[in-house]
Amino acid sequence: MTAVAIEFRGVSKSFDKKDGGRQVILDQVDFVIPRGGTTVIAGGSGQGKSVTLKLVLGLMQPDGGQILVNGEDVTGVRGRALEQLRSRFGVLFQGSALFDSLSVYENVALPLRERTSKGEDEIREQVMASLAQLELVGHEDKFPAQLSGGMRKRVGLARALQLKPEIMLFDEPTTGLDPVMTREIYQLFVRTQEQIGYTSVIVSHDIPRVFNLADQVIILNQGRTDLFTSPEAIQWSEEPHIRRFVKTTMGNIYQSHLVEDSLGVNNTLQDRQR
Amino acid sequence: MQGNLLIRLGATSLSVLQDLGRMGIFLFQALRGLFRTPFRFGEFVKQMHFIGAGSFAVIFFTAASTGMVLGLQGYYSMHKFGAEGMLGSAVALTLIMELGPVLTALMVAGRAGSAMCAELGIMRISEQIDALDCMAVDPFRYLISPKFLAAILSVPLLTVLFDVVGIGGGYIAGVKLMGVNGGSYLEGMRSSVTNHDLQLGLIKSFVFGLLVIWICTGRGYFVHLIRGAGFGAESVSRVTTQAVVLSSISVLVFDYLLTAVLL
Ligand SMILES: Nc1ncnc2c1ncn2[C@@H]1O[C@H](COP(=O)(O)OP(=O)(O)O)[C@@H](O)[C@H]1O
Ligand SMILES: [Mg+2]
Repeated sequence: MTAVAIEFRGVSKSFDKKDGGRQVILDQVDFVIPRGGTTVIAGGSGQGKSVTLKLVLGLMQPDGGQILVNGEDVTGVRGRALEQLRSRFGVLFQGSALFDSLSVYENVALPLRERTSKGEDEIREQVMASLAQLELVGHEDKFPAQLSGGMRKRVGLARALQLKPEIMLFDEPTTGLDPVMTREIYQLFVRTQEQIGYTSVIVSHDIPRVFNLADQVIILNQGRTDLFTSPEAIQWSEEPHIRRFVKTTMGNIYQSHLVEDSLGVNNTLQDRQR
Repeated sequence: MQGNLLIRLGATSLSVLQDLGRMGIFLFQALRGLFRTPFRFGEFVKQMHFIGAGSFAVIFFTAASTGMVLGLQGYYSMHKFGAEGMLGSAVALTLIMELGPVLTALMVAGRAGSAMCAELGIMRISEQIDALDCMAVDPFRYLISPKFLAAILSVPLLTVLFDVVGIGGGYIAGVKLMGVNGGSYLEGMRSSVTNHDLQLGLIKSFVFGLLVIWICTGRGYFVHLIRGAGFGAESVSRVTTQAVVLSSISVLVFDYLLTAVLL
């Protein structure tokens, strides 16, 4: 086992635009996600965060470059090899992607029923334990349409954790949740990560909160990526697009000391014109 | 201007070819999914119930009214030549070889095919199919193959029901209402319907069942890739309409082709 969980080498991805041009999402992007720990992928809406996750999972293919998972190139893998690759991952989708005609219990039990040879008793025990851990007991017979957004995320998390994944991918796990729920979800990540020991990749634009968890942050912007290994490095960055991102997501309190020194605190208008 | 037209023609042909290729691979994967273990027997039974038992009433009434109309219409034409004795044979052959398989398939497309197309389309746009993929659960084995098997088996069974009820309807209209001799209705049927006719009807109903389920599930499954379908709920509704129209037309076209080849 290598120390690297996921590696992007010169990965490019673009889509056809309606007017006939190409919309570049990733332009020869390189980055490394180390094993264990937590990596946050951040960026504005529509910058390609979800696309990046889909590339890792083989739900989309890159136009060029290599994507390595555990040191193996996974671009273009199909059939059984793809199934094998995906069974290492657990995924929490942006919209939870629960099966809406199945109950909470059946949703969480599905991976166990379909992917293991466990008996129904054993499955029930494991599922009920997970539901208890995620505070979902009493809701197991409800259907996804009857749940709140936060509950859906927790059911999605429970489902993704059933097969003890090596790598968990979270796509905007807290978007649309209130601050209390957001904190609870992040606490759940920490707790389940301690138990299972998965490598965690969190896509978020909820930078300040997620900072506490992150070992590194990758910021996606206009097809490029920048990698930061500490919150301070982001706040002190002099790159204009990073500064803009920092300002919109964190507000002025996070302004770089450089700006504060030269322009005075809260002098936002001038700062924007720079 | 002319160049522009050529480019558009080329682009359209390419997307049609791409679509056909996708649907071909889809068919292959759906059939292969039938042999993957574990087969979801419970889901298969559920789909049998949905397509088969659920279509019972609509097939019954369509067949009864079709048979009665055939009986009346047949009586009216044959009466002119004094050939009422041929009524049973005419009604039975028309139903067994043409109307039974065709109308059953059209009813199933409208009732069950549309529902399956919409279901798969919604699962696709809400990322439920991606979620299955990510859990390394084959969506064909899990979702689609049980529907295929259920359709391929239940459409012929429903067709048999259609034939029997239709012949009964023809009997009521011709014999009970118009006064054709009951014995000659039945005897005409027995002497003219051959094994070959029954086989033709059966082959047709298998093929139609496959066509309907293939097109309806395939359209729903690929809702995100269909050019010009739009996005979200609207794309699902458009593609569902398209699937019903397309499968109905295919049934009619294949009806002609199979009749021409096998008759
Ligand atoms: N299948 C697709 N076809 C065409 N364009 C797409 C597709 N998926 C995503 N895009 C485009 O790629 C961009 C990035 O999308 P996404 O990764 O979902 O953004 P986000 O960073 O908000 O998750 C968006 O502009 C989106 O319109
Ligand atoms: Mg996204």
